[in-house]
Amino acid sequence: MNLDAIKLHKRRTFLTQACRGVGAVALGSLFGNANAAEDKWRGVVTKPHVPPKAKRVIFIVMAGGASHLEMFDNKPELLKQHGKPFPESISKGQPIAQLQGAKLTCFGPQWGFKKQGKSGQEMNELFTHLPEVADDLCIVRSLHTEAINHDPAHTFMNTGSSVSGRPSMGSWLTYGLGAETDDLPGFVVLTSSRGGQMQPIASRQWASGFLPGRFQGVHLRGQGDPVLYLANPKGVGQDQQKDVIDAVSQLNQIHNGVIDDPEVATRISQYEMAFKMQTSVPALMDFKNEPAKILDMYGTKGTDGSFAANCLLARKLAEKGVRFIQLYNRDWDHHGGVKDGIKGKITEIDQPLTALIKDLKRLGMFDDTLIVLTGEFGRTPMSQGGSGRDHHMKGFSVVLAGGGIKGGTSYGATDEFGYNAVENVFPVHNLHATMLHLLGIDHERLTVRFQGRDYRLTDVHGHVVKEILA
Amino acid sequence: MRISLAIACAVLSVSFANAAEPATPSKVDFNREVRAILANNCLQCHGPDEKTRKAKLRLDIREDALKAGAFVPGKPDESELIKRVCTTDTELRMPPEKLKKPAITPAEIAILKRWIAEGANYSDHWSFTPLKRPAVPKVDNPAFSVRNAIDNFILYRLQQEGVKPAAEADRVTLIRRLYFDLTGLPPSPEEVRAFVEDKAPDAYEKLVEKLLASPHHGERLAVWWLDLVRYADSAGYHSDNPINVSPFRDYVIKSFNTNKPFDQFSIEQLAGDLLPNATLEQRVGSAYNRLLQTTEEGGAQAKEYIAKYAADRVRNYGQVWLGGTIMCAECHNHKFDPYTQADFYSIAAFFADIQEPAVGNRGPGTPVANAEQEAKIKTLADAITAAQAKLGTAAKEFAEKPDAFADVEKWTSPPVAKKAPTVVVVPADVKSIIAKKPAERTPAELAKLAAFAQINAPALKPERDAIAAATKAKTDYETTLPRVLMSVSGPPRTVRILPRGNWQDDSGPVMTPKTPGFLPPLPANADPKTRHTRLDLAKWSISPENPLTARVTVNRLWRLFYGNGIARSLEESGTQGPLPSHPELLDWLATEFQTKWDVRHMIRLMVTSSTYRQSSAETPAIRERDLTNKLFARQARARLDAEFVRDTALAVSGLLNREIGGASVKPFQPAGYWSALNFPTREWQKDAGAKVYRRGMYTHWQRSFPHPAMVAFDAPSREEAACDRPRSNIPQQALVLLNDPEFVEAARVFGQKALAEGGKDDPARIAWAFERATGRKPNEKEAGLLASLLAKHRTEFAAKPAEAKALLAIGDTPAPKDAKPEEVAAWTNVCRVILNLHETITRQ
Repeated sequence: MNLDAIKLHKRRTFLTQACRGVGAVALGSLFGNANAAEDKWRGVVTKPHVPPKAKRVIFIVMAGGASHLEMFDNKPELLKQHGKPFPESISKGQPIAQLQGAKLTCFGPQWGFKKQGKSGQEMNELFTHLPEVADDLCIVRSLHTEAINHDPAHTFMNTGSSVSGRPSMGSWLTYGLGAETDDLPGFVVLTSSRGGQMQPIASRQWASGFLPGRFQGVHLRGQGDPVLYLANPKGVGQDQQKDVIDAVSQLNQIHNGVIDDPEVATRISQYEMAFKMQTSVPALMDFKNEPAKILDMYGTKGTDGSFAANCLLARKLAEKGVRFIQLYNRDWDHHGGVKDGIKGKITEIDQPLTALIKDLKRLGMFDDTLIVLTGEFGRTPMSQGGSGRDHHMKGFSVVLAGGGIKGGTSYGATDEFGYNAVENVFPVHNLHATMLHLLGIDHERLTVRFQGRDYRLTDVHGHVVKEILA
Repeated sequence: MRISLAIACAVLSVSFANAAEPATPSKVDFNREVRAILANNCLQCHGPDEKTRKAKLRLDIREDALKAGAFVPGKPDESELIKRVCTTDTELRMPPEKLKKPAITPAEIAILKRWIAEGANYSDHWSFTPLKRPAVPKVDNPAFSVRNAIDNFILYRLQQEGVKPAAEADRVTLIRRLYFDLTGLPPSPEEVRAFVEDKAPDAYEKLVEKLLASPHHGERLAVWWLDLVRYADSAGYHSDNPINVSPFRDYVIKSFNTNKPFDQFSIEQLAGDLLPNATLEQRVGSAYNRLLQTTEEGGAQAKEYIAKYAADRVRNYGQVWLGGTIMCAECHNHKFDPYTQADFYSIAAFFADIQEPAVGNRGPGTPVANAEQEAKIKTLADAITAAQAKLGTAAKEFAEKPDAFADVEKWTSPPVAKKAPTVVVVPADVKSIIAKKPAERTPAELAKLAAFAQINAPALKPERDAIAAATKAKTDYETTLPRVLMSVSGPPRTVRILPRGNWQDDSGPVMTPKTPGFLPPLPANADPKTRHTRLDLAKWSISPENPLTARVTVNRLWRLFYGNGIARSLEESGTQGPLPSHPELLDWLATEFQTKWDVRHMIRLMVTSSTYRQSSAETPAIRERDLTNKLFARQARARLDAEFVRDTALAVSGLLNREIGGASVKPFQPAGYWSALNFPTREWQKDAGAKVYRRGMYTHWQRSFPHPAMVAFDAPSREEAACDRPRSNIPQQALVLLNDPEFVEAARVFGQKALAEGGKDDPARIAWAFERATGRKPNEKEAGLLASLLAKHRTEFAAKPAEAKALLAIGDTPAPKDAKPEEVAAWTNVCRVILNLHETITRQ
C-alpha cells in the first residue's frame, strides 16, 4: 500500500468505524502527512447526492420561542373567541407546560396583520422593513416539534433528538461538506439579547456530540476575546507569538523525524490555523472597512453583540466561506406581556434581518445562502396570566429564504385557533431533510455509526418538502 | 457516503484478510464474517423487531429463517436469500432500493454462498455467549519474552500472521508511559534517571508497584470511571444549577486506591443504600443513581421527566454494565440485538424506587463527614448537651429560690422577628404553685416551676443563649461539610411500557423489575411475590453467569493501556459492534477478572506484559500491514486526556497542588463564558490560592458549559455515558496551550524554576527545562532553536520593560521581586514553547 492508499484507507476506516473508538487514528490525521495544507477537512460527501442549491446556512433562532400568533400566523377566529374558554376538544390530553391545571382561555392575536409584497405574505403589521423582501420569503406555518421545554426543544431543533449527545446540524453539515474557509471554523455561533426573559442556552446546542471536536460550533463572542483564548498573553506581541509558534512547529518537526507520526503534521497545521485565526477573527469583528451606508442599513455601529451587528457578522462569515452560521437572539419567551414583548423584538430584528437579505442579494450571495428563521417552539393560543402565552409545540412557524427556496410562498397551516398544524404538517425532521437537500445531501445517506447504529440528523424520519423549493 | 462505505467495507475486509486471516480459507466464521452482512443489510426488516418485520421472515434465528425458506443448507444456488441479493430485478433485489443501503458486494455474496454451502450454521454473538476460560496458547520461539498470558495470546496470533512485534521501548518512554497510564502525571527527571539507571532485573515491576500504590492511581482511574457514570457538578437541563455530588468522586478515587473489588464497587453504586446495615461509604456509592440529568425548568411536566429519568438510568446502566445498546429498545424492540422493549422498561423498573423530585432543585443532600469531622461534630454536640445540662441545673436552683417568681407578671418573652416582646403567659397550674408558700412546694411542683423558668425566666437568658450558640456552632460547622445526593429508596413508581416511547400513553402493560430475557435469568426470590430490587440487579450484573460485565470492563481497561479495545467499540458489544480482534484473549481476561474482580491485578497483568512494553514507533511496513494496530504488534501513541494535559503543565512547572479529593474547584475560566446561563444568571467565581492549581479532574464540571479548556481537549459534557473519548487535534488546543492564562502562568513559573534550579547558564537551563517536560535532553538542534528564541526575546523584552512586566503579571503566583523582568519574560516564552510541544502532551 503506498501512502495515498494509506490515506484513503485511513479515511475509509474512519468512515466505517465512525468517530469514536478510532483510537490513535485521530480525525485530523486522516489526510495529514507531510503536507499540512492537505489537512483541511473536505467533508465526507465528496460528490453531492443531489445538485446543491445552497452553499451555506444562516440559521436564526428566536430563542425562548417566538409567538407565531404575533409574527406570521394570523388567526381571526381566535381573535373572535378572545376571552372565551378554549375548546377542550383541541386541548384535552395534550402536553402543556406552565398552564398545567389552569383554566384555558382563548387569547387573540395582539397585533394586526398585513399582507405584504406581490405575493401577499401575511405578517405582523409592525414589520416595516421585512415587507421589502416579502416576495423572497417562504413562510411555513405548520412546523411541529416534539419537546415543550426550552432546553430539550433547542436540543431537538438542533440535533433531531431531545436526548443529549447527538451532533448538532452545524456539525453534521461541516462533517458532511467541510468548509470553504481556511482561517475560520466551519460552524460559527453568535448570540445576542437586550435583556428581558432570557432563557439559558447550553453550549450543547452547538456541540458535535459523537462527532469529533473539530466539528463543534465555535461561539464568536461580542465581548471579551471573540474566540476563547484567542488573544496573545498580555505583553506578548504578534511577532513573538509567531516566534513561539514557529519554534513549537520546528521542534515538532524535528521530533517527527524520529517518530514519523502523521498526528504531528496535523498538530503543526493546527498551530498554523490557530495563528491565522488570531488575525482573521479580529479582522472579521472589525467593521471599519464597511461603508457607512451598510452599517446604517443594518442599524449597527460596530460589533457590540447586538442582533444587528450579528447579522452583519453573519454576512461577513458567509463571505469567508463558513458553512453554518447560527444566530441566537434571546428574550422571546413571552409568558407575560406578549404584546409589548413582540413589539420590542420586531423592532430589534426587522431592520437587520431585512438588511441581511438585501446585502446578500447585493453581493450575489442570496441565491446560494439558505436563511432560516424560527424558534425552538411556538406559543399557546391560550392566555397565560391574561397577557402572555405558554410554550407550544404542535404548530408554529418557520421562515426560509435564499438558496433554493421558492420566494413569496406560504406552506402549511395551523387550525383556526393556531393550535395544531393541520395542513401540510412540517415536522422539524422535514426542515432538516429539506435543508440538507438544498446543500446537496440526501438526509438518509449522511450517516455515522455510533453505538452500533447508523445515526443521522433526521433520526429515522424526515422528508424533503419539494413544494417550497424553487 | 454510503458508496464510500461500501468501498470501505471492501477495503477493510481485504486488508483485514491481509492482516488477520490465515492464508488458506478456512470455514466461514458466522460471527466474524456473516453476522455483520446480515445485520447491515437484512435485519432492519428481518430481525428481532416484529413491528417492522417484513414477509414474516426472521433471519437472525436459524430455525425461523429455515422455516420461512430463506435458504437451503448446502445449496446456495437454490437458496432464496442468494437469489434475492443477486437478482438484477430491482423490484426483487434485497436490500430494497428505497432503504438506500449500499448494494451487497460480490465479496460479501461470496461469503454468504460459502456459508450456506457449508451448512448455514449460526453461532451466538460473542458477547452474549457464556464465559469460558480459553486455554492459553503455547508459543514456540517467542519474539519477545513471555511475561504473562497476554503475551501468549498476542504472540500466538502474530506468529500465525507472520508479523513481528515491535522492540521494547526505551526506558524513558516506558517510565513516561507508565506514569501517564497509571497516574495521569509525568515523572520528574529524577524519577526518570533513577529508573533508567536501575539495573535490577525487577526495576520495571518495582516501578509498576510503586505507581499502583500511588494515591494518584485512584485519581487516574476515576477520570475514566467518572466519564462512564456521567459525573458532573450540575443538574444538566435548563438552569443547570449545581448539585452536591463531589463525595461520590472521592468515593470512586478511594475505591480504586484501596483496590475495592469491582463486584463490590458495582453493588455499592447501584444499590449501596439497600445493603443491610449500609455504611456511609456504601450509601455515598449509591449516589451513582443520582448522577443523571435533571430539570428545574418551570413548566416542565413531572410525568414527562419521570419518564426521561427512567430512560436515562436504563441507558447508563446498559452502557456501563452491559456495554451495549439496550437504549435502542425504548420505543421498539431492538433492531439487531435480542433486547425487547419490555426488557428496557423492566430494567427501568429496578430504579423506580429512587425517591427524587421530578421537577425541581435536588436539595442539598446528606452531609458526609470523615472520621476527623465526625469527632468534631461529636465535640460540638457534647457542648450542646453540656449547655443544656447547665441550664437544667440553673433552672432547678432558680426555682428553689423563695422569691424567684415574685416579678413573674412582668416577665416578657424575647422579641421574635421585629415583633415587640410579649408578656409571658403563666399557665394556671404554675400560677397556683407560685401562690403557695415556697416551703410547701412539693418536689414535683418545684420541677414544674423549674421547667417553666428554664424557658421563661429572664435571669436564665445567658444559659439559654449558651445553648443557642452551641447549637449554631454545630449547625454552622455542618454546613461546611461536603454533602451528597444519595439514593433513597421508597415505594416504587409504576413503570409501564411506553408505546413508541410516548410518556403520555398509559396503554402499555405495567412492568416489574426483570433482567433481559435472552441473558441468564435473575435468581427467583424466596417469596415469588417479592419484587426484585436494584440490589438484585447489581448482583446479577456481576454474577459468574453474566457474560457481559466482565468482558466489557476488561475491554475498557485494555483501552486505557493499549490505546484501543480488543473489541474496538467500547459502547457497543452487541451485534452491531465490531468483533474483538482477539476473542480468546478477551475471554481469558474476563474470566481472570471474574475470579476476584481484582481491578489492580488486571491492570498489573496488562502493564507488565511484554506486549505493553513494545515501542509505539510505526514504520511504513507496519502501517501497511496493520494500519489500525488490530494485532497489537506495537504500542499506541495518543495525546493525553484533557485533565492530564493540564496536570502535566502544572506538574512540570511545580505549581501542581497534589491534594486528593474534596469539593470541586474553579480555576481560571474566561469571563462571560457562562453568559447564556440563567435562573439565576451566574458568573464563574474563580477560586484563589492553592485551589487553582489542583488537578483537572477537580475542576467544576458544568454540564451545559463544561470548562472550555477541557472541551478543547475532548472532555465530554457528561450528560450521557462517555465510554470513549475522541482524540481530536484542533486549533482550539493550540489556543489554550498558547494563551490560556493558566498555561502562561505555568510557563512563567516553569521559567522561574529553570532560572533558579536549572543550572548556571542558558544551555544548562534549556536542557533542564526540556528534560523536565519531555523526559529527555534536547539534541543540539533543538537546544539551539530554544537558545536563539531566548536570546531574541531577552533583547526584545529588555527594550520593552512594560511588556515584560505585563507578561509577568499573568497568574496568581507573584514573580520573584529580585528577578529581572526581561529575563523571566524571555524564559516564559521558552517554556511556553516546551509546554506546547507535541511530545510534552503525548503518551508514546
